Amino acid sequence: MCLALPARVIERSADDQLLIDLGGIRKSVSGALTPEAQPGDYVIVHVGHAIGTVDAEEAERTLALFAELAASQAAEDQA
Amino acid sequence: MSMKKHYQRPLDFKTGRIDMNHGAGGRASAQLISELFAPAFDNPFLRQGNDGAQLPAPPAGHALVMATDAHVISPLFFPGGDIGCLSVHGTVNDVAMLGAVPLYLSASFIIEEGFALADLRRIVESMAAAAREAGVPIVTGDTKVVEQGKGDGVFISTTGVGALPPGRQIGGALARAGDVVLVSGSIGDHGVAVLSQRESLAFETAIESDTAALHTLVAALLAAVPEGSVRTLRDPTRGGLATTLNEIAAQSGVGVLLDEAAIPMKPQVAAACELLGLDALYIANEGKLIAIVAPEVAEAALAALRAHPLGRDAACIGVVQADEHQFVQMKTALGGMRVVDWLAGEPLPRIC
Amino acid sequence: MKYVDEFRDAALARNLAAKIAAEVQPQRRYHFMEFCGGHTHAIARYGLAELLPASVRMIHGPGCPVCVLPIGRIDQAIHLALERGAIVCTYGDTLRVPASGGLSMMKAKARGADIRMVYSAADALKVARANPVREVVFFAIGFETTTPPTALVLRQAKAEGLKNFSVLCCHVLTPAAITHILQGPGVGPAGDVPLDGFIGPAHVSIVIGYAPYVPFALGYQKPVVISGFEPLDVMQSILMLVRQVNEGRAEVENEFTRAVSADGNRAAQAVMDEVFEHREVFEWRGLGEVPDSALRIRPAYAEFDAEVRFGLCYQGVPDHKQCACGEILRGRKVPTDCKLFGTVCTPENPMGSCMVSSEGACAAHYAYGRFRDIPVVAA
Repeated sequence: MCLALPARVIERSADDQLLIDLGGIRKSVSGALTPEAQPGDYVIVHVGHAIGTVDAEEAERTLALFAELAASQAAEDQA
Repeated sequence: MSMKKHYQRPLDFKTGRIDMNHGAGGRASAQLISELFAPAFDNPFLRQGNDGAQLPAPPAGHALVMATDAHVISPLFFPGGDIGCLSVHGTVNDVAMLGAVPLYLSASFIIEEGFALADLRRIVESMAAAAREAGVPIVTGDTKVVEQGKGDGVFISTTGVGALPPGRQIGGALARAGDVVLVSGSIGDHGVAVLSQRESLAFETAIESDTAALHTLVAALLAAVPEGSVRTLRDPTRGGLATTLNEIAAQSGVGVLLDEAAIPMKPQVAAACELLGLDALYIANEGKLIAIVAPEVAEAALAALRAHPLGRDAACIGVVQADEHQFVQMKTALGGMRVVDWLAGEPLPRIC
Repeated sequence: MKYVDEFRDAALARNLAAKIAAEVQPQRRYHFMEFCGGHTHAIARYGLAELLPASVRMIHGPGCPVCVLPIGRIDQAIHLALERGAIVCTYGDTLRVPASGGLSMMKAKARGADIRMVYSAADALKVARANPVREVVFFAIGFETTTPPTALVLRQAKAEGLKNFSVLCCHVLTPAAITHILQGPGVGPAGDVPLDGFIGPAHVSIVIGYAPYVPFALGYQKPVVISGFEPLDVMQSILMLVRQVNEGRAEVENEFTRAVSADGNRAAQAVMDEVFEHREVFEWRGLGEVPDSALRIRPAYAEFDAEVRFGLCYQGVPDHKQCACGEILRGRKVPTDCKLFGTVCTPENPMGSCMVSSEGACAAHYAYGRFRDIPVVAA
């Protein structure tokens, strides 16, 4: 449930609205629930609201974990 | 038009609006025809000035084909087109998908009282331009006006007539196991362009409707391969690629296996679908065709499509297979398998 | 799309699949429940079940707000639109959910009800401002992800002093539902329903954090892995669950670290707490009455509470007698065990809740998974 997607914040306006970009489409969403979100950050957008921010370092860490798994799997496959 | 004018003031295309008189068949109706429809659509058949048009018979041996399409769309104007050009393209394509050469169109308008004449003119001119560009004249038509609240601005029905060369057989029931499924370009553009304009969903995108007349693309395809090797042509409009392939599978009594990674889709269309919780496989197209062709001509057919400006992004997206259940299945981009079912009801944006 | 495409990589999915296959113990079977419809959808849409070893079985849980919405609540919304002349705004998901008397919100619309689909709760406020002489009701559904936006519009409506706006609140709570399943008959070490762990919610957890799941992991000795909704997230989480089971651990682990913290979104929690309080009991479709599992609007916001404003009384309505949704949601049955599945009950004409939303266990299986039940003759 709960369809939500990471989108990049382009600008934050005074009335707590965020202009976001998602794969080339732009939409204005509420930033009231993510007061910390700034331009350049990625927020998780759900029903017109940013409900959280994406931690870029953690995302890299998860992807690195996948890559590591891939490497170890490749090694096992060769063995 | 040689008709004598019975009215002093010309129509006010700046601030004027359609009223009930414009559909009553009297002077106001005649004025609307003579100042808007007749000059915009002008051609020798329309100039006959009768309630119907007398048309030359098709060349000997040709069969007649006929297709009709009702056009209702909100908003009436959308990025890349409007209801006017859409109503021409839709019907030209229905005729072309039978393998026939589209020859003539008819058009009937149901206009809501209060509709701005400026908007009507924009629509009619767009329709006229589309018909001219396609080389298919609008030879007869009709206009009715309904009271305010009983229509959604304007509805347009068009009917098309075409000539089918002798011996040509193309249809939804002719696909067979082993055939190859081609699509002429990226999917979902039209539906996403229209959705982007809906008030409650509004988002900014550079995506435009793909609305286009496909008969020249069909002609190029058919010229490139032997007669009989193109089994099925269909434009995946309402219900999108998924629904159209399910129709063909049911009509032909076969299954289809799609390769998700091969299906062309613009990144913005993919993004909009993610945002709204829609599946692009079910989103309408108005300028794309699906061609099911014999395996031995697949390469030539694909090359012919790609050589045409409307088929540049054509791709081979799957194969027809024997399947008593007539499932459309898809190998997902991730490597899994799923069934691509019929559309259940209207595709609604969802939150979960 | 950044943070999306990287998590849908086919080669990495194959690696994860190989890793899972290598780590499952041959004599063991693994039964994991993905609580959320989002995970059900990912599993179905990407065909993940194909990539998993036969010994790993996924059970689709009740985490689809549309699927667990009881008939009586839809009836209330339809009543407001048809009998009380209100404009009812709702998310697209609820329009097809079957209600009493063969109706749904979509069918009620065809009978003259003024029902409008909105993308955001804020759009319902716009409708209220644009129609000052009409009553406008926002039919609010969803788990903790969808609740904060509803709380924001209630706060906004109060700030603006809107006189014609109210909310029919059907927001439900995730931890209560998981607890309910764990307390259900047959679950647990001696029970007949094998349940070896949970894939925990992605977006709900962004809001509430992962700390609230610690009690079940400990209390019921069930591993929980909070997982993102992308296919690689789901695969990785299954791997993490397999490892917990193999090692005899029952902990809360967080795979979705890029968006979920222990405490969640404090700003969102604060606005929810300001506007909502717990209901003593709420009926879930398929699960029945679940204590402390939903929210209602606080008395301070009573004028915006449609239940108070229109004096609504909740009337429960039983599901179709043969409908197996309840048992399917609890993991006791699979969709194909149900007599109605695919015959009487289809996505076009859903009888039970699981067939309604594309994330419902039955609808997902119908749309994406049927071919697994019927052998297909290869070309």
